[in-house]
Order: sequence, then structure tokens, then C-alpha cells
Amino acid sequence: MIYLLLFFEFFKIGLFAIGGGLVTVPFLFDLTEKYDWFSPSELADMIAVSESTPGPIGVNMATFAGFKAAGILGALTATFGLVLPSVVIIIMVAKLMQKYSCNTRVHTILEGIRPAVLALILFAGVQIAQIALTGSIEILMFVALFAMMRQWKQSPILYLGLAAVLGIALKL
Amino acid sequence: MKELWKLFALFFKIGLFTFGGGYAMLPLLKAELVNKRRFVSEQELLDMYSIGQCTPGIIAINVATFIGYRQKGIRGAITTTAGMVMPSLIVIILLASVLQNFADNRYVAYAFSGIRICVAALIADVIFDLARKNIAGYMSVFVFIGALALLVGAGLSAVWIVIIAGTVSLAAGEIRRKKK
Repeated sequence: MIYLLLFFEFFKIGLFAIGGGLVTVPFLFDLTEKYDWFSPSELADMIAVSESTPGPIGVNMATFAGFKAAGILGALTATFGLVLPSVVIIIMVAKLMQKYSCNTRVHTILEGIRPAVLALILFAGVQIAQIALTGSIEILMFVALFAMMRQWKQSPILYLGLAAVLGIALKL
Repeated sequence: MKELWKLFALFFKIGLFTFGGGYAMLPLLKAELVNKRRFVSEQELLDMYSIGQCTPGIIAINVATFIGYRQKGIRGAITTTAGMVMPSLIVIILLASVLQNFADNRYVAYAFSGIRICVAALIADVIFDLARKNIAGYMSVFVFIGALALLVGAGLSAVWIVIIAGTVSLAAGEIRRKKK
């Protein structure tokens, strides 16, 4: 029963992959050795496509892997398996948070972590910048976009659209 | 029911315009949920990231579930998560079955190098906004620099950064309380 297997494998990934979407890659690689759903080179293509399509990378890769293994129903099964542990665990955590929201210790901890999360965000941003800012035109575009964002607080979607058009116009 | 549909549509939109991982989603979440709709505060959004970072599952889903639960309980959590994954399901299935050479297309590649630059700029923009309110006082500066040093210098994973920062803050808080 391939759907049960898919569900079980992606449930496991959802449960044990902690962090960003790319942490699921080693788990997906294990799947190529265990089953003949997709090959390592197909996995590489899947990662490339998942990075350059809408949606969080982790979800994209699960959908793609499930589709390769068992078509549309496979895609749905894999994605459902991936998100189920998150949904269950976060609902429990959110309930606990409501209960302890007035606890001063919980407050102290959360407040203390915020600067560390900012460091994580900065780190993620720098990693993206390292890939994206390959030349002087790219850096110029980055500075121009950043200046526009600081000046006019418009929706990120507007800037994303503009950047896509500029990318094509400038043939980056 | 109408509110659930609105939540679904909102997270569908966020999923559709997220290019990359969970952190690439942050500028959109801040614009839509903090600035425009005031569902959560900046601080609460950051707290959801710290919790999402060290609980099982990918951050993007964890944060979506969290916000959905806060808005409309368990039904809300399911709604936001479904909305968030729906664009992925549609786009990937379409690409995998019809447009197999999508990623190789020249114009798609051009557009995406532009989008990546924009994502980097959006994250920089959000960091400037967030730093103003959340890095104040030397304890927070210490945690921020310490976390960066551990990330870059020691190559520690994000889960550990959050756990260490939480432990240090708790300890510092206890010491402060004892002194009083």
C-alpha cells in the first residue's frame, strides 16, 4: 500500500525535521535508498524546482516527492503526512502558551529569545544575499529595492513583482 | 464560516508569495498580520518563530498553525495550514505533470534571480524594523551578538541557539529577581 507508506514516511519527516524546509533534504535522500520512488538526481531537480516556485520549500519538496512516487494522490498524502505532526504539536503548544501567558518566567524566556531569533533571521538573510548578490548590478538592485522599502511601506508582493520584472528586463 | 474562508484566502496568498524557506515568509507575515490586520504583535510573531524553530516540523507550517489557532482555535489552525500548502500543491502538481522544463526556462531563471534579490532586501527591511523594538538594553545586545557568534563561529544549529538563549535569559532573570 504505497499511500500508507508515503504517509508514514512523511509523517516521520514532519516529526523529526526540526527547523527550515531544507532540513528535510537528508531525510528525502534516505528515501531514495529505501524505495524506488525517485532517484538522487531526480531529488536534485526537485530541490531546484522547489526553491524557484511559490510556497515554502519543505512543502514543495514533499508535494513533488509524493507526486513522483504515486501521482496526485501521492502528492496529497505526502504533504498531509508532513504537516500533521506540526499541526498537532503546535496546537498543544499554543494551548499551553495561553495557560502560561501570564507566567513571568515564560515572559522572561520568550523576551530573551527574541534577539536570538533576530540573529537567525539575519543569518538566513545573509545566506540568501550570498546566493542572490552575484555582481554589481545585483547589489545595486538590492540597495535600490531596500531604499524603496524603507521609504514607502508597500506590500512585499508589489516589490516581488517589480523584482521579477526587473530580473527579466536586466537579464540577471 | 466566512471568517475561516478569509483566513484560508489570506494564507493561500502568503503561501503563493513565499519564495524560499520559513524566514522568507516573515516579511509577508509581518506586512499582512502585524501591520495590516493587527492579528498579532511583532513580539508575538517573533515568539512564534522561536517556538516554531524548536518544535517538530518545518517553520512555515508551525507558524501558520500557530496563528490559525490563535485566531479561531483548532478549526483556524487547520484552515491556515491548508491555505498555506494549497499553492504548493497546485503549482508543484502542475509543474510536475505539465510544465516539466519550467525550471530550465531562461525567463523563469531571470525572474527568479530578481525575486531572490528582493527576498534578501525584504528580510533586511524587516530586520531594521524588528531590531528597533527588540534590541534595547545590553542583555538583548549580548544575546544578539552571542547568537550570531555561535551561528557563524561555531556553526551551531538554530534549535540550539534558541534553547541556549532561553536558558541564559531565564538564568539572568532569576538572578535579577533574587537581587530584589
